[in-house]
Amino acid sequence: MAASALPKRIIKETQRLIADSPPGISAVPHDDNLRYFDVLISGPEGSPFEGGLFKLELFLPEEYPMSPPKVRFLTKLYHPNIDKLGRICLDILKDKWSPALQIRTVLLSVQALLSAPNPDDPLANDVAAHWKENEQDAMRVSKEWTAKYAK
Amino acid sequence: MASENEIMTDISDDDYSDAFDPDEDMEAEFDDASSISDSGFSPIEPDSHSTGKDPKGKGKAVDSMLTLDNHPGASEKLKEEQKVAVAYVEEMLQLKSEQAAVLLRYFAWKKEKLVETYMDSPESTLAAAGIHENGAQPRLKRVRGFVCEVCYDEMAQETLALSCDHRFCKSCYAQYVTSKVVDEGESRRIQCMGSKCNVIVDEKTVELLVEEEVLERYRSLLNRTYVDDSTSLRWCPAPNCDYALKCHILPRQLDSIIPTVQCSCLHTFCFGCGDADHRPCCCPIVRRWLKKCADDSETSNWISANTKECTKCHSTIEKNGGCNHMTCKSCKWEFCWVCMGPWSEHGTAWYNCSRYEEKGGDAVNQDAQSKSRASLERYLHYYNRFANHEQSIKLEHELATRMEKKMEEMQEHSSLSWIEVQFLAKAVETLTKCRTVLKWTYAMAFYLAKNNHTAIFEDNQADLEQAVEGLSELLEKPLDEEKIAELRQQTTDKTVYVSKRCQILLDDTLRGYEEDRWHWAEAIKM
Ligand SMILES: [Zn+2]
Ligand SMILES: [Zn+2]
Ligand SMILES: [Zn+2]
Ligand SMILES: [Zn+2]
Ligand SMILES: [Zn+2]
Ligand SMILES: [Zn+2]
Repeated sequence: MAASALPKRIIKETQRLIADSPPGISAVPHDDNLRYFDVLISGPEGSPFEGGLFKLELFLPEEYPMSPPKVRFLTKLYHPNIDKLGRICLDILKDKWSPALQIRTVLLSVQALLSAPNPDDPLANDVAAHWKENEQDAMRVSKEWTAKYAK
Repeated sequence: MASENEIMTDISDDDYSDAFDPDEDMEAEFDDASSISDSGFSPIEPDSHSTGKDPKGKGKAVDSMLTLDNHPGASEKLKEEQKVAVAYVEEMLQLKSEQAAVLLRYFAWKKEKLVETYMDSPESTLAAAGIHENGAQPRLKRVRGFVCEVCYDEMAQETLALSCDHRFCKSCYAQYVTSKVVDEGESRRIQCMGSKCNVIVDEKTVELLVEEEVLERYRSLLNRTYVDDSTSLRWCPAPNCDYALKCHILPRQLDSIIPTVQCSCLHTFCFGCGDADHRPCCCPIVRRWLKKCADDSETSNWISANTKECTKCHSTIEKNGGCNHMTCKSCKWEFCWVCMGPWSEHGTAWYNCSRYEEKGGDAVNQDAQSKSRASLERYLHYYNRFANHEQSIKLEHELATRMEKKMEEMQEHSSLSWIEVQFLAKAVETLTKCRTVLKWTYAMAFYLAKNNHTAIFEDNQADLEQAVEGLSELLEKPLDEEKIAELRQQTTDKTVYVSKRCQILLDDTLRGYEEDRWHWAEAIKM
């Protein structure tokens, strides 16, 4: 029943996500709410998040795709663009959203953000300051957190 | 232009660039601006458009009131101005009118800059503004076998692509534009629905897509951006007023010019910040003061309380009028509400209620605690007086309403005409204006570094204080029906006097800005 109320666009996207998921990313909708996805992203190689497996939640609001999906990290991580609540500072999730973007592109962008933190556009100010002052030391903390929380 | 005064030359330097025809505009406006309100306080009428007059010589553009060309005003006039600019760019650069409009909006209507930039590099200028070169005007089109990437609807009937050729179905596009306009209040920056594509959805395309209601909203938003984007236009902040005013002032001039303007709706405000008239305080000082007051609101809250204790007998005294001359009901002690000092000494040469006297002399040997206490005391001295005038303005309005009612009753039983009882309204209006000026003199005084000039400032302030209290006291006297003519005469005289004192203060402080007489205790940044 729930599926029939779902726009064709969401059905298509979901089918494709399951059949052909991007490397290092999985997104599975809840049985009882097809707009709510459990997401797993593995930490990109060469980043301080390498080896970690990060849990996220993704929700498609009623206005989707006119409005962007809501995405949040559930796993703790030490990153200048992700705050304590797991909220992500990413332009395409805000003013740069385009209805032509998809869940897939969003998750790929989130994965890329793990590889390339941007301390000049911070969400977690203390982490960003740490990153700018001593990038090596900040990455050390990120690695520690990855080992501790992202298993 | 060569014959214009100092301010003119100052303003027409190169980082200033206006909507269009800046030379022409400026002459007319600064001519107006240089007129002087001679009738005490009242702003000059905007209709004086005669050219070439400069009666009082240079520097007068900083007079108490700039009344400018109020009539770019209504939205019809604003639309007309935009049309003229679009036609100019269209003709000059041989572009389509929609493209000219998008370019102008991108350049915030600075058409000289637009033309210059475009001439240098047409392709990159168009691309940056979100115009696809040689793009045809978008049309709705049926495309066989088309699948819209946004809705995946294969039955899509009509489709639309901007000149960038990113094609989507009409219903998705319509939904997208509608939500941009209605939910986000966006108009001139609506981009192609494709990701990372900055091509602008122009007005003609919006017309193809949305319902009449949305289109109307879109157009009014678009019209508003014309004013919002212009540095020389500002909406009148009065509620329900849809006039815009034009004034040429640069942000960096705001520490020496207070661009006070009056809209056709009679609202008087500062063009620099949009706040209500805050003469004689300049914008940066106003901002700083208001921030300080907000930051320190808890410390100063207790002062605005409406009750205090009599210093003689300690009975509670409630203030319910604007006048600061208090008489204790129990012991008849007369004192000043603001400084709690004896009223008998107010107005004498050795007593100045508005001046803050530094205490404790030897600043070097003060410990940190007494220093911070002294700085708090100093702040409270000024804040107290600032807040008190604000409060008095409210109380006097209530008082005036009560009195007017009484006068109306009197009118019915006497030979007084409506005109004859208007002196009261005039008195309250003058009081309000003067208290507002006084109020801001305390914010200004708080930041002023003491020097020879500030003594004159403080004298003017004290004189105006005294005049204002005199008028306020007169209004609080019980109304005696027998002596109404006398009251009217006294009130009228005092009103004129108060206005005069106020003008003296304003003239001197504003001249002080021009002559760079005011130095601030802390470095003031914009
Ligand atoms: Zn569609
Ligand atoms: Zn496009
Ligand atoms: Zn107005
Ligand atoms: Zn201002
Ligand atoms: Zn008493
Ligand atoms: Zn006093």
